[in-house]
Amino acid sequence: MIESFKLRDVEFKNRVLVASGTFGYGDEVPDLVDISRLGGIMTKSLSMKPRDGNPNPRITETSSGMLNSIGLANIGVHKFINEKLPALRAFDTRIIANIAASSVEEYCAVLELLDAESGVHGFEINVSCPNVKEGGLSFGTDPALVSRITRELRRRTAKPLIIKLTPNVTHISEFARACEAEGADALSVINTVIGMAVNIHKRTPKIATTTGGLSGPAVKPIALAKVYETVNAVKIPVIGIGGIVTWEDAAEFLIVGASMVQIGTANFINPSTGVTVAEGLKDFCAKNGLSDVGALVRTLQTNKTISVVDSWL
Amino acid sequence: MKQELVPIHSFQQLTPEILELTFISDHLAATAQPGQFINIRVDNSFPLLRRPFSIFNIEGNKVSIIFNVIGTGTKVLARKRTGDTIDVLGPCGNHFLSFVDDSFDTALFIGGGIGVAPFPFLTSRYPAGKKVLTYVGGRQKDLIVQKGLRDPRIATDDGSLGFSGTVLDLIKRDLAASPVSRPRFFVCGPTRMMKAVAEYAKEIGASCYASLECDMACGIGLCQGCNIEMAAGDKKYRLVCKDGTIFETQSVKLP
Repeated sequence: MIESFKLRDVEFKNRVLVASGTFGYGDEVPDLVDISRLGGIMTKSLSMKPRDGNPNPRITETSSGMLNSIGLANIGVHKFINEKLPALRAFDTRIIANIAASSVEEYCAVLELLDAESGVHGFEINVSCPNVKEGGLSFGTDPALVSRITRELRRRTAKPLIIKLTPNVTHISEFARACEAEGADALSVINTVIGMAVNIHKRTPKIATTTGGLSGPAVKPIALAKVYETVNAVKIPVIGIGGIVTWEDAAEFLIVGASMVQIGTANFINPSTGVTVAEGLKDFCAKNGLSDVGALVRTLQTNKTISVVDSWL
Repeated sequence: MKQELVPIHSFQQLTPEILELTFISDHLAATAQPGQFINIRVDNSFPLLRRPFSIFNIEGNKVSIIFNVIGTGTKVLARKRTGDTIDVLGPCGNHFLSFVDDSFDTALFIGGGIGVAPFPFLTSRYPAGKKVLTYVGGRQKDLIVQKGLRDPRIATDDGSLGFSGTVLDLIKRDLAASPVSRPRFFVCGPTRMMKAVAEYAKEIGASCYASLECDMACGIGLCQGCNIEMAAGDKKYRLVCKDGTIFETQSVKLP
C-alpha cells in the first residue's frame, strides 16, 4: 500500500499531518504518540519575538466544537531553533514550520531564519493574524496582501511553501488562485471559523477576546465545502483541515479532493488520532482494492443520483 | 503519562450532593502522586472535550475521583454504571509532595467544597513525622466531604455542620487559640476562598500553595488554553495543566 505524498522534493510518509497549535512542538507527547507514524507535524505558530498570547479564559466548549483565542502564544523563532529544533530533528517525520507574523517583513525574516536550518522541511504560513500596520485586520481577508506575502516568501525559499487560508471570506477560491499564481506549493484549508459564545448568567462572552476561532467536528461541513471550492479553483494540492476525528472524516476530505489532511482539535482529546486515522485510511483502501491511498483523492461522484436513504447513511 | 480505557468499579454517594467514582488502573496506582489530576473523556461523542478531575484517593489499584453534578460532563459521568469503561489520560500536572520540605513544620490542608478532592490522597501519602491540620469548608453540610481525612475541622457558611462561618474564620480562631510553628498552607477550593487564604497566609508570614482550577481541553500543554497570569518574572503566563495545577500563591495573580 502506497501511503506517501510528495510536495516538491519532500516526501511525507503518509497523508496525515497534525495541525499547528494542536501538537505543541512535538515534545509534549512522546509517551502518548508514535510520532514516526505521522506524515508530519505543523509546528505551533512561530513569530520573530516570543508572544504571551491572550488573557484567560482562552477556550470554551461549544456544540461539537471548541472556541479558542490563544493569541498565537509561542516561544519565538530563536528559542525554537535553539531549544526545540534539535529534538525535532530526531523525529522520523516531516517538520513543517508554521509562521505567524504581524507584518510582511516579519514573515520574511522568520522564514529566512528557519530556511537556513536543517530539520525544517517546509513552511505553512498562517495569514489569519492581525496586520498591525493596517489597523489589525487579518492579512488573510485581503487577496492583494495574501498575494504579496506568497510572492515575498516564495523568493526566499526553495522548500515547500504552504499557505493556510481562512474560511472567513466570501470566496476562498479567489485567495487560492492568488497563492497559486505567486508560486505556493500547496494550500491548507481551513483555519478556524470566527465564532462566539455567551455566558447568560453573567451576560459576558465566554472567552476573553469576545470572538474566537471555532474548530472541531462542528466545522467539518464548512471545511469540506471550502476544500471543494478550492480544489475546483486551483491545480496545486490542498491539505484538508477541519473537524477530523476519525479516518472516515479524513476519507471525506480526500474524496472531495484534498491531497493530505491535518488533525487539529481531535489531538486535544486523543493525541494519537493522527496515527489511527492514517491506519484507518490504509485499511479502507486495502479493502477497496486500492494500492495507493492517493487513489481516493478527488473521486467525488457528483453525477450520481443520491437517494434520501443514502444521504442519511 | 498514559491514555487508557478503565473499568468503573463502583459509585458511592458521599453526601446528597457529592459522588465518588472508583475505577481500576494499575498504571495510575503505580505512578500518580497527590495533587495530580486525570483528564477524562466521559463519553465517546458528547461532550467533545475531556474533563479534568483531581485524584481523590488510591487504594491498591482502585483510583477514585469525586464530583457534584453541575455540568454536561458530570451529568454524563453520573449516568455511568459499574463495569462501564471511561477513557482516562494521566497522571497530569505537578504534585503536593514536591512542596513538602524542611522549611516548614505544620501543614494546613484546606479544602473548600468539592475542592477537598486532592486531600485524602495527600493525607495517605504525607510523611508520617510531619504535623497536619485539616480544614474543610462549604456553603452547607451536603457539600462537606470528610472521607479519607484525618480529624477534619469543619466550617459551613450556614452553620449546618461544624463551625458557623467561613473556613478561614475557623482557621484564624484556631491559630489564635493555639499557634502552630512555621505553618504552610495547602489549599484547594473556590477562587474567592483560595484568595482569602492566600492573603491571610501572607499576613502571618506563612507560605501558601493552591491547586488551581481552569477550563482546559487537553490537560497536557498542547492547547495552551488554561493560562494563569504570573505575578512577576519573565513569563507573563503559565499553564495550569502543566506548570500547575499547584502554584505558590504569591507567584500568580489569582483571577
